[in-house]
Amino acid sequence: MEKFRSFDEIKKSLENKETDCRAIVNHYLKNIETKAHLNAFVEVYGPSALQQAATIDEKLEKGTAGKLAGMVLGIKDVLCQEGKIANASSKILEGFESQFTATAVQRLIDEDAIIIGRLNCDEFGMGSSNENSVHGKVLNGIDETRVPGGSSGGSAVAVQANLCTVSLGTDTGGSVRQPAAFNGVIGIKPTYSRVSRFGLIAYASSFDTIGVFSNNVKDNALVLEIMAGPDDYDSTSSRKPVPAYSDLLHFDKPAKVAYLRETVQGEALQPEIKQRTLNVLEKLKNEGHVVEEVNFPLLEFVLPTYYILTTAEASSNLSRFDGVKYGYRSPNAHNLESMYKLSRSEGFGEEVKRRIMLGTFVLSASYYDAYFTKAQKVRRLIKEFTEDLLTKFDYIVLPTTPSTAFKFGEHSNDPVAMYLEDLFTVQASVSGVPAISIPNGKDGKGLPIGLQIMANSFKEAELYAFANYLTRSGLNE
Amino acid sequence: MKVDTNSLKKIAHLARLEFDEKGAKKMTRDMTQILDWVEKLNELDTSEVEPLITMSSEVNIMRDDVVGEHLDHEKGLKNAPQRDSDYFRVPKVME
Repeated sequence: MEKFRSFDEIKKSLENKETDCRAIVNHYLKNIETKAHLNAFVEVYGPSALQQAATIDEKLEKGTAGKLAGMVLGIKDVLCQEGKIANASSKILEGFESQFTATAVQRLIDEDAIIIGRLNCDEFGMGSSNENSVHGKVLNGIDETRVPGGSSGGSAVAVQANLCTVSLGTDTGGSVRQPAAFNGVIGIKPTYSRVSRFGLIAYASSFDTIGVFSNNVKDNALVLEIMAGPDDYDSTSSRKPVPAYSDLLHFDKPAKVAYLRETVQGEALQPEIKQRTLNVLEKLKNEGHVVEEVNFPLLEFVLPTYYILTTAEASSNLSRFDGVKYGYRSPNAHNLESMYKLSRSEGFGEEVKRRIMLGTFVLSASYYDAYFTKAQKVRRLIKEFTEDLLTKFDYIVLPTTPSTAFKFGEHSNDPVAMYLEDLFTVQASVSGVPAISIPNGKDGKGLPIGLQIMANSFKEAELYAFANYLTRSGLNE
Repeated sequence: MKVDTNSLKKIAHLARLEFDEKGAKKMTRDMTQILDWVEKLNELDTSEVEPLITMSSEVNIMRDDVVGEHLDHEKGLKNAPQRDSDYFRVPKVME
């Protein structure tokens, strides 16, 4: 079986009776086996996926199948599915079997998507290289000596290496967009609150979003429109109506595009990425769109704001892992306090402990105002600046990452150097606005480059239409 | 902000974490480096800015107080590292 390049091809093939869901699942299972050394999947649901496929084949026969019949999905190891293990790539969730299914995942299952397995990631979504995982590192499928990006590294590799049609990741500060860029696939972080977070193992609750990886814009749009929308189990989830993004991909009006001077002028930016980004902007101008340079003086404050607030939220969220109710409990404890301390110290990885410690520090009584409140104030400045800019312009275009995929171990001894990998992705996360990364050619080593586009809150339809226009017209090649 | 061994111990206790000597040394160094880096925010005057405390635009989401589905007892206890028939079990609290 040839590689399916899109869900439309799968649907056509099903309609023409050239294949059935079981054959599609078997095709992906074979690919997963061949590419097992990439370590993208931590668990493959072979039998249950085939069983699900058989049921959907019957529904197709009867004409009662859902919108996603034939689509095979991989799910990041932070999303819960009833009766299935979820570890968040952490030893502390060893053996945890969820009693419920995440709303976003349930909505896809209800439309007959087939879940083929769960995907490797950085522990609790904390990392930019997928090196912080109890399941071991994931290899970049394009150059196996390099990282796949993180934290949703397995999800990006699974789509790149054709191990599933579409995958789900989560994006708190760039964890979908950065690995999408490193693997040459499409990845979206929707508006904060667009998709219910129920069943997503929390990292930083005012930033966490569930995002989608795909090989083309339409598949991505279709999956998001089905996941999005209000949920009684997440009172922060938005009640705004969800447009049918996948039907709204046509783009034919002149766009107003801003690019941020500081993001293309920075010394840290790889020259080939800068060139590729400027090329796209130049082509847009030639196509009759308005392209303007604007200053973003707050760029250097975005990451510090992000790290204060996310570590604070993480320290609070991760207090639930205490060895009492689920997961790992240290066998070495002699009383209650030592059970907490030993279970947590033995169960969490180094990066997670670093963030819990920082978060505890910035929330402690003596430093709360100086760090936490200060960061909340700066967050307002960044959010207002970004939203204001996005009322004057339709889109902000910028590189997804400062460099292409780096080597394993390259940033392992310097946490701040690793944090700087997210320099261009955190603005959308701090502001809550949607952003998408699309492929933008390759560097001299043949490594993919990502182009990021931001739009204002709840403008996913406009974002997808523009991304579709760029990829369809080859402006990003 | 320089984090010393003493303050590290206090924070670790608040976070219910423990570090051996080598781990404590590295954590002290990393935290000092990261805190120095985030202190960049002090360059911004925010005296007139209100802190942003929620990201969702939804306010006061009300619903009727009806009994819904909830985890039954057995499911709730399913993942317990240690349990008896009704409760999670933990080591002795009182000596």
